[in-house]
Amino acid sequence: METPLTANISPDREPLDITGYERAGGYRAVRKVLGGMTPADVIDVVTRSKLRGRGGAGFPTGIKWSLVPKDVAVTGPHYLVVNADEMEPGTFKDRLLLEGDPHQLIEAAIVAAYAIQAATAYIFLRGEYYPAERRLRQAIGEAAARGYLGANILGSGYDLEIHVHTSGGRYICGEETALLTALEGRRAVPRAKPPFPQSSGLWGRPTVVNNVETLCNIPHIVNNGAEWFADLGLGDEGGTKIYGASGRVKRPGAWELPMGTPLSELIENHAGGMRDGYALRGVLPGGLSTSFITPENIAVKMDYASVEKIGSRLGTGTVIVLDDRTCPVGMLRNAEHFFAQESCGWCTPCRDGLPWVERLLAGIEAGEGETEDLDILEQHVGLLGPGRTFCAHAPGAMAPLASGLKYFRADFERHIHDKRCPWA
Amino acid sequence: MSIIHIDGREFTANPQDNLLQVCLSHGFDLPYFCWHPALGSVGACRQCAVRQYANPEDKTGRIVMACMTPATDNTRISIIDPEATGFRANVIEWLMTNHPHDCPVCEEGGECHLQDMTVMTGHTYRRYRFTKRTHRNQYLGPFIKHEMNRCIACYRCVRFYRDYAGGADLDVQASHNNVYFGRDADGVLENPFSGNLVEVCPTGVFTDKTLSAAYNRKWDMRSVPSVCVHCGVGCNTSVSERGGAVRRILNRFNGAVNGYFLCDRGRFGYGFANNPNRERAPAIRPRGGAARKATKAETLAELAKLPGADGTIIGIGSPRASLEANFALRTLVGAEAFYAGVSAPESRCLAIVVAGLQSGNVKTPTLREMEAADAVLVLGEDISNTAPRIALALRQAVRGRSIEIADRLKIAHWQDAAVRTAAPDAHSPLFVVSPAATGLDDIAAATCRAAPDDIARLGAAIRHAIDHTEPAVEGLSEALQALATRIAEALAAAKRPLIVSGCGLGSEAVLHAACAIAEALSNPERVPGLVLAVPECNSLGLALMQSGSIEGAIGAVTSGGAATVIVLENDLYRRAERQAVDALFKAATTIIALDHVPTETMAKADIALPAANFAESDGTLVNGEGRAQRSFQGVFPNDDVQASWMWLRDIAAAQGREFAWQSLDDVVRSLAAAIPAFAKIAQATPPGSFRIAGSRIRTQPHRYSGRTAVDANRTVHEPRAAIAEESPFSNTMEGYYGPMPASLIPFFWAPGWNSGQSLNKFQDEVGGALRGGDPGVRLLEPDGTHAHPTEATPPAAFERSFGRWLVIPRDRLFGSEELSAMAPAIAERIEPPSLSLNPEDARSLNLRSGDAIQAGFGAKLVQLTLTVAPELPSGVATMSAGLPKQDWLALPGWATLSRAEPVP
Amino acid sequence: MSIVDTDSDLTAEQRDAITAMAGHYDHKRGACIEALKYVQSHYRFVSDRHLAEVATLLDMSCADLDGVATYYNLIFRRPVGEHVIFLCDSVSCWIMGRDAVNQRIRARLGIEPGETTPDGAYTLLPIVCLGHCDHAPAMLLDETLHGDLDAARIDTILGIQSER
Ligand SMILES: Cc1cc2nc3c(=O)[nH]c(=O)nc-3n(C[C@H](O)[C@H](O)[C@H](O)COP(=O)(O)O)c2cc1C
Ligand code: SF4
Ligand code: FES
Repeated sequence: METPLTANISPDREPLDITGYERAGGYRAVRKVLGGMTPADVIDVVTRSKLRGRGGAGFPTGIKWSLVPKDVAVTGPHYLVVNADEMEPGTFKDRLLLEGDPHQLIEAAIVAAYAIQAATAYIFLRGEYYPAERRLRQAIGEAAARGYLGANILGSGYDLEIHVHTSGGRYICGEETALLTALEGRRAVPRAKPPFPQSSGLWGRPTVVNNVETLCNIPHIVNNGAEWFADLGLGDEGGTKIYGASGRVKRPGAWELPMGTPLSELIENHAGGMRDGYALRGVLPGGLSTSFITPENIAVKMDYASVEKIGSRLGTGTVIVLDDRTCPVGMLRNAEHFFAQESCGWCTPCRDGLPWVERLLAGIEAGEGETEDLDILEQHVGLLGPGRTFCAHAPGAMAPLASGLKYFRADFERHIHDKRCPWA
Repeated sequence: MSIIHIDGREFTANPQDNLLQVCLSHGFDLPYFCWHPALGSVGACRQCAVRQYANPEDKTGRIVMACMTPATDNTRISIIDPEATGFRANVIEWLMTNHPHDCPVCEEGGECHLQDMTVMTGHTYRRYRFTKRTHRNQYLGPFIKHEMNRCIACYRCVRFYRDYAGGADLDVQASHNNVYFGRDADGVLENPFSGNLVEVCPTGVFTDKTLSAAYNRKWDMRSVPSVCVHCGVGCNTSVSERGGAVRRILNRFNGAVNGYFLCDRGRFGYGFANNPNRERAPAIRPRGGAARKATKAETLAELAKLPGADGTIIGIGSPRASLEANFALRTLVGAEAFYAGVSAPESRCLAIVVAGLQSGNVKTPTLREMEAADAVLVLGEDISNTAPRIALALRQAVRGRSIEIADRLKIAHWQDAAVRTAAPDAHSPLFVVSPAATGLDDIAAATCRAAPDDIARLGAAIRHAIDHTEPAVEGLSEALQALATRIAEALAAAKRPLIVSGCGLGSEAVLHAACAIAEALSNPERVPGLVLAVPECNSLGLALMQSGSIEGAIGAVTSGGAATVIVLENDLYRRAERQAVDALFKAATTIIALDHVPTETMAKADIALPAANFAESDGTLVNGEGRAQRSFQGVFPNDDVQASWMWLRDIAAAQGREFAWQSLDDVVRSLAAAIPAFAKIAQATPPGSFRIAGSRIRTQPHRYSGRTAVDANRTVHEPRAAIAEESPFSNTMEGYYGPMPASLIPFFWAPGWNSGQSLNKFQDEVGGALRGGDPGVRLLEPDGTHAHPTEATPPAAFERSFGRWLVIPRDRLFGSEELSAMAPAIAERIEPPSLSLNPEDARSLNLRSGDAIQAGFGAKLVQLTLTVAPELPSGVATMSAGLPKQDWLALPGWATLSRAEPVP
Repeated sequence: MSIVDTDSDLTAEQRDAITAMAGHYDHKRGACIEALKYVQSHYRFVSDRHLAEVATLLDMSCADLDGVATYYNLIFRRPVGEHVIFLCDSVSCWIMGRDAVNQRIRARLGIEPGETTPDGAYTLLPIVCLGHCDHAPAMLLDETLHGDLDAARIDTILGIQSER
């Protein structure tokens, strides 16, 4: 089993320095690209690999890049922005890549920036990821010293600066347009699309935003080809994926596995199954803003299409496990508290709807719920859906709630009927 | 044109618009909050949801926000779709979770957009049973009250204040449902357009403190269409009255002039009209004795003894009085004996303005047209202080370049946030050439600070750079020459270049230079815009009467030619040197003054007559654009106060003279016949005899309450409703209210739309002109027969004179205009008179900012506070002009400067 | 305990550092979040005075910059203790018992979330998922991430011996 993304990562996550990284085959992709591939060639191989964004939305990366206008002289400078703002609850895959192999991301960023002809790249890093920040800055310094960054990289005539931007901390900064607003030194409020960042992004310039994990695939695709990449997956979707599991499993953790690895295998084999005395009640497959999967669907293949088919989303691929001794109402109250708190405050349904949802759930959890509350919750699921709010934050917030109301309805009713939490 | 299907019916639409605009333009009641016709769409409130169908077969559709969806051809939407309707009600329900429901004590109540939208969506029942979030309020100065708990977070306030008006001290703080709209700390809102927050805010967060002081509901006030009297822009206003006092001013939309916004001087300056110290009865003052009140009859009997128009009587008019008042005086004393009541230098400047507006291939643009200018030169005028609303228009003009970029990216113009983020630093070129810093410097491509003569020289150099056949300017520094070339290139490259100047510096040379640049820019393909700001609300109207200056009037009396003087709404001490005015008072045997504010001239006059102010009379003003606009009477005094033209008519009648005007229309007719410039004047508004279906237009809403009790402190009988002279208005709640001529709309109100946002119902399309055309008539258009008022040779370069400084007048938004300075709220904002010098000059005098400084203009000594202004050219000082209690000075003028003992 | 003077001007060195950050962006304001965090790293929080200084350095108004400062979770506009405990309150940590951990910290330090100990040593704040879910419950103590928390671990980390 190939694990290209994590091959260099040791269990203690102490990263390779640039010499070690080069010895392990690093910066080959940069040499290859700058040594004779055109930007169009790079976009072509990435497009053919059918790599889909690992930030959660699964948009094809090559197509995203191809939408960037080609004429820098007309548009002004282009930007590449690395979305390293990992804040989706239950998600800890990008931190692994950032801490464990910073050079891999730098190399990937250089190749991607070249493909879209960006002269500046920003790594938008979660403010709380201090070790990652230190390691990235160190790696950038090393790369610059070796001539992989700066003016006229490896004599190719291509110039690139990479800056690390550490976030002030808000979940919505991960949403790509809010991220750009934050990078401009503003309150991270999302922007309307269109215009898409590829045509009017950072400071109004063409900009590509890609997730850390997405980008880390790039050097390997360049080195090994699109077909190699496609073959890594178990099903129709190519590549590997960093999956993870948290909750009451025996061995929580993150693993690089072929795309399409079944959920059951993830939980049973890699996470070691449920802890003794606990049974599985549900799984959020890819972070908090995905819908519950129930035990009967546990065999689902963890790729974009398969998970969508059973009414959820692959999201970040890091699963959160709900056990039978945890109150689902409490879990959802916790979730909606998060979403209400992290709303940017721009649009009405999200800003004012989510706090209401949170309070209803808190009321039900505390045994103060009323039957009518379930109707109001159900209504919000529809009212905060796609298209009704300004960005995907609130619809994301509704995913666990909608599925929770569906699968755990009896638990809700019992809280209301018994006027107390059965788990308390 | 595109075809839009709304609930199965077809409508035409402009594909450049969004669906919300289209729905509102076609009369649909589609609720909204964050969208504003002048601010565009941002999609924040989610109130304007409709269902959109992809094609005729699509039965499912999807919910979209109308304000964020373009009106492309064949768009199919449903407003009445149950899910869209339900969603809209839910949006209100969310907004109401935190709203305090304090309508009974909220000053927005009854004209609240949030109330209207709540009713419109049908949300009535409260399901949210948890606690509400609460906020602390801030002190925001004398104009605006802050009540943050009412906030529904539509973001309009910051979008207007920060994005549209360039304000820096109001912003949004915090996040999620704790967002807070305020300053970083308590304090006066600094932006000169802060008052618009009252109308921009859809609920009661920002309310008018001056209304609050004697509060009334919208339905309990009489309102009339009016025109702002506080500068030469002529913004249209709606004046509200109750109990004989003006209670507030609101913006009255005029698509060509002020659009949706007023400046703070215009909105809060009305307080002078309620001055309790003003004379309300005639006063007769025997020479050397004390004044005594007199009856109207007695006074007129006295006035009947005045000579006819025989040369022994002169009249001094006023640029802050109506055309009709000025013309009545002119008629009474004879055209030759009528003086304009402004200084000779100002008269000369105004003559250039009049000529400039009429000559060559140049146009004086409306404000809407100014907003479309693609290159602007502001030459010598501190437009933010002399004609503030124009500065706001120029701020929009500068956005032109970013809109071009947005066009290239196929971003619709109404996509406000997207347009602003697409080109954060793209500005159309705007250049400011002035002696001191101005309010437009922050958006200027380049600024240049120079003395007036050097400004004129730079202007001449720009003209030469545009048209090399014009004379070059000798002795210009390389840097200035380069700037002239840069400005010339930017203007010449523009499709709609605009030159802005004015009378503010009192420099004829600067005005000539501005006209000359405009002339040089004009060619068969391009009509450049020329804006020449005038000092007061009727400066231009008075200038069109082509009368003598105040110096002429004084000369006519002190030379012994005339002995009787009638002074119309004019404090001579603000217009000429004290000594000269004193001499006039001494030389004249009788001085009759008419005014509505207590002035020194009124106090010293032999006979003082209580005149009506703008709110107490009908009258016509001509703004700097040459647009004649009528304002109407809303306050009906129950004493001897009457319009100046009526006093003058009554004097004529007492004298047994010929002119038998009954109504204002009679005066207007005579004026049109007497002076060709006013031939079109009657088109400004329908005549007093105007009726709709036999009815006058009512100025009180149907819900007006307490009519029988409003005077109960005076009389227990219901007084007869005041009867206006011949007027299109009824002054009561009886009468017509419906589609009406734009100039006669007394207030904006429509079924279901109690707030001012009902304006949508009065426009031909939202944001467009008022139905039937925007009010007013333009009196002056270039007709090709007049030559440009330009001078062949520019003045000599400014030379500093050691030991003396050239003192330049500096207008202030608050204080420099006579009437608004008397309004209590404005008075709070007036800063003490000051004189500014550059740091080196200050150092040479051994003075620092805040020190008391004495300026000697010949024998005249003035004490001021020094402020150091790094940008000022050396040898030049600026001095706040026209502040209350400041004597008139011939400015610009040379003065010696020295340390003064601190002003106590 | 250390003394932090937030009522003095930024040092010349600090001002230079902020100006240098501004150079990484097309527009100066791009550096404002990092500049605020940088000020905070020296003074623990951003005082009004320092906010005004940063605003001037980056060509922003105070209201504008305060709008940014108050928006983000990691920027403090009020004083905090010498050490800041960010205890994760997101889902995995909640499932794995963060409430009990929170309880222990509160009991140990005698403060509620959002408060600072009277001696100024600790401030306790909730924070969203720290990306340490496989070691939930987790917390960030200043710049150090701690996982697999329970009462005993808290006692050790806070350097307090368990009473029992
Ligand atoms: C509310 C919200 C939060 C998001 N947070 C993240 C995040 O933390 N990290 C991330 O990479 N993408 C996040 N995304 C997805 C991004 O918007 C965007 O799709 C992604 O960065 C694109 O990169 P990719 O194409 O490489 O996946 C978020 C989206 C939403 C709506
Ligand atoms: S859904 Fe609305 S309020 Fe929520 S984060 Fe997105 S834009 Fe902000
Ligand atoms: S949920 Fe706490 S670290 Fe992820």
